[in-house]
Amino acid sequence: MIDALGQPQSVLVLGGTSEIAQAIVRALPPGRLRRVVLAGRPSAALDTAAGDLQAHLSATRPPHAAICSVRPVGFDAEETAAHGSLVDSVFDAGDVDVVVLAFGLLGDQASAEAEPAQAVRVAQVNYVGAVSVGLHVARRLARQGSGELVVLSSVAGLRARRSNFVYGSSKAGLDAFAQGLADALHGSGAHVLVVRPGFVRTRMTAGLPAAPLAADPDQVGAAVVAALRAGHGTVYVPGALRLLMAGLRAVPRPLFRRLPL
Amino acid sequence: MASDLHRPPFDRSPLTADAGARLLAGWGRTAPTRARVLAVDSVAQVQREVAAASADRSGPARGVLARGLGRSYGDAAQSGGGLLLDLAAVDQVALDVEAGTVTAGAGASFDSLLRRLLPQGWFLPVTPGTRQVTVGGAVAADVHGKNHHVDGTFGAHVRALDLVTAEGALRTLAPNDPSEDDRETFWCTVGGLGLTGVITQATFDVLPVTTSWMRVDTERAGDLDSLMARMVESDRDVRYSVAWVDAMATGARWGRGVLTRGDHAELDELPRHNRSRPLVFAPRDRLAAPAHLPGRLVNRATARSFNAAWFGRASVRREGELQSIAAFFHPLDGVRDWNRVYGRRGLLQYQFVVPDEAGQVVGTALRRLQRLGAPVAMTVLKRFGPANPAPLSFPRPGWTLAVDVPADVPGLARTLDQLDDLVAASGGRLYLAKDARMSPETFAHTYPGASRWQAVRRRLDPGGLFTSDLERRVMP
Repeated sequence: MIDALGQPQSVLVLGGTSEIAQAIVRALPPGRLRRVVLAGRPSAALDTAAGDLQAHLSATRPPHAAICSVRPVGFDAEETAAHGSLVDSVFDAGDVDVVVLAFGLLGDQASAEAEPAQAVRVAQVNYVGAVSVGLHVARRLARQGSGELVVLSSVAGLRARRSNFVYGSSKAGLDAFAQGLADALHGSGAHVLVVRPGFVRTRMTAGLPAAPLAADPDQVGAAVVAALRAGHGTVYVPGALRLLMAGLRAVPRPLFRRLPL
Repeated sequence: MASDLHRPPFDRSPLTADAGARLLAGWGRTAPTRARVLAVDSVAQVQREVAAASADRSGPARGVLARGLGRSYGDAAQSGGGLLLDLAAVDQVALDVEAGTVTAGAGASFDSLLRRLLPQGWFLPVTPGTRQVTVGGAVAADVHGKNHHVDGTFGAHVRALDLVTAEGALRTLAPNDPSEDDRETFWCTVGGLGLTGVITQATFDVLPVTTSWMRVDTERAGDLDSLMARMVESDRDVRYSVAWVDAMATGARWGRGVLTRGDHAELDELPRHNRSRPLVFAPRDRLAAPAHLPGRLVNRATARSFNAAWFGRASVRREGELQSIAAFFHPLDGVRDWNRVYGRRGLLQYQFVVPDEAGQVVGTALRRLQRLGAPVAMTVLKRFGPANPAPLSFPRPGWTLAVDVPADVPGLARTLDQLDDLVAASGGRLYLAKDARMSPETFAHTYPGASRWQAVRRRLDPGGLFTSDLERRVMP
């Protein structure tokens, strides 16, 4: 259960190696946390992520708090046929208070244009995979009558840009899906938080020139936890992006096309 | 067809299928969860529903729980995804004048009982700070009142109770049952938070009274030490005793408070014009807090002025004042839905008990909340008498302090965890019917009887049919 002060007991991360997701888990109030499941493609990186998170949670554990177990489980966003049983197995082992849907591919726009199969993969992972696992999670949260689903969208989905519209369009689909899911779950006791970060300095964006208003994963983590506590449905990170994006969305296309974005 | 697109079959969607389900929270309005609520009209129907839920293996079970009037502050009477039985219609009341007992359905409220019993010269053995609780809830939370130091909890006055267990059987249990199993089940049900089964009826002692008035002595104390010293001195001479502490006062006024003691007035103590109708009980229709308040109205400024007014209103010392039962026992019932003044994020009531020798924890708790900047208007300080055999019953001898705090005070989680540690280290504990945030470790450490209670419960309900959000939270 999430208690009256917003302290969760269990978390499921879909996309277990995501640095942003790990930052969100680290930012959650640690006092009641007992179980974290990191779902991702089986790899040394996933095991390392679980080990690192376990070490962090043990080191920052408040006195007398339970030891939180961090366990990696196999999950592949593209293997949609396996999503139902994966989600069921995690929920059958105990209620899940917070689910972070954090997997995603950035892809490379130029190669995707040259080789559409790469674009398909981005769309499969970022949109199709999220729709599939998101619905399975929503079904279980609704049955549980409580819980938070945090969906990592992106401001890139709010207006397609010439320089990364394959990624942007996949996030646009994801964002619209998450908004609709939030409405479907209204009154169910479960909530959806749509997170719209701008440029976040992570492995995924390593080597790319940082955009204005770039953020660190920990900033995203803190903003997500504050939004959960306040009961908000969307959060921009940093918050100034809300205004900036409202402006950018109003820019006429002939002009937008020429902007150095 | 286009028309189909506009009318999708949402009633069959797994996300919103439960038409009878509602979002429910405790009185503190924190952490609501959704559950199906079923109003039952008979004990037989309770048995049928419980048996059907026990037999249902169609999916992951979310359990069954009875919910009364929802006055537990935290999550004791909610169960996300589960089935909540509403026994409001199981509210029959029978008074046995010879035995001095009442047998009442679990859904009967203390308000309705008082309206029935007082005009006939009978009072409840124990009443909490609100009449809006049910008999079933009073047993399940093992509620206490201002007379705990003399009379113990409500459970101590229960002569028998009926319990529908997990297989749908109806058992009658009594504290003096010849069978040890029945006695143990009785005491595990008293204070058992509805987790041993569905309480459907209870028989309990009632107190004969000659008037519906209270004779009340009020005195002010300038600081916490003198207030607590006065309570120790004067408690044993009086049936009802409680104090309020000004948690906002600072400096020389720190810990000032008002001690109220009282007992039932006798007929000859009433003014002449009241003697013709000495047992009248007609609490006025209640004002309601508005449903949509702009935000929380309880803040440091309002709490400080409320407290100053409350302290100032009390006389330095007044003896023998006559007060109505409603005014003396249930002042907050005068404003319906008063919990709304705490805003959308709700409130916590933090209530602990510590043994006499750890009385200083009371002052420490008030100081830490003050240092945190928490706006605190409602406080209750009281001395408890002996505990009863119920393993999950809260009261034990010593001091109990209850404090209402808005749930959105920054840093509250940490401060309360630290206070928990202090309470636990001094041999105290927190009241489960009020709690909304204690850790499983604190619960296990401070309720040493919990393992025995769990064992009895596993025997009664091996499949874990009866459950609540509170259980999921503190006994994961």
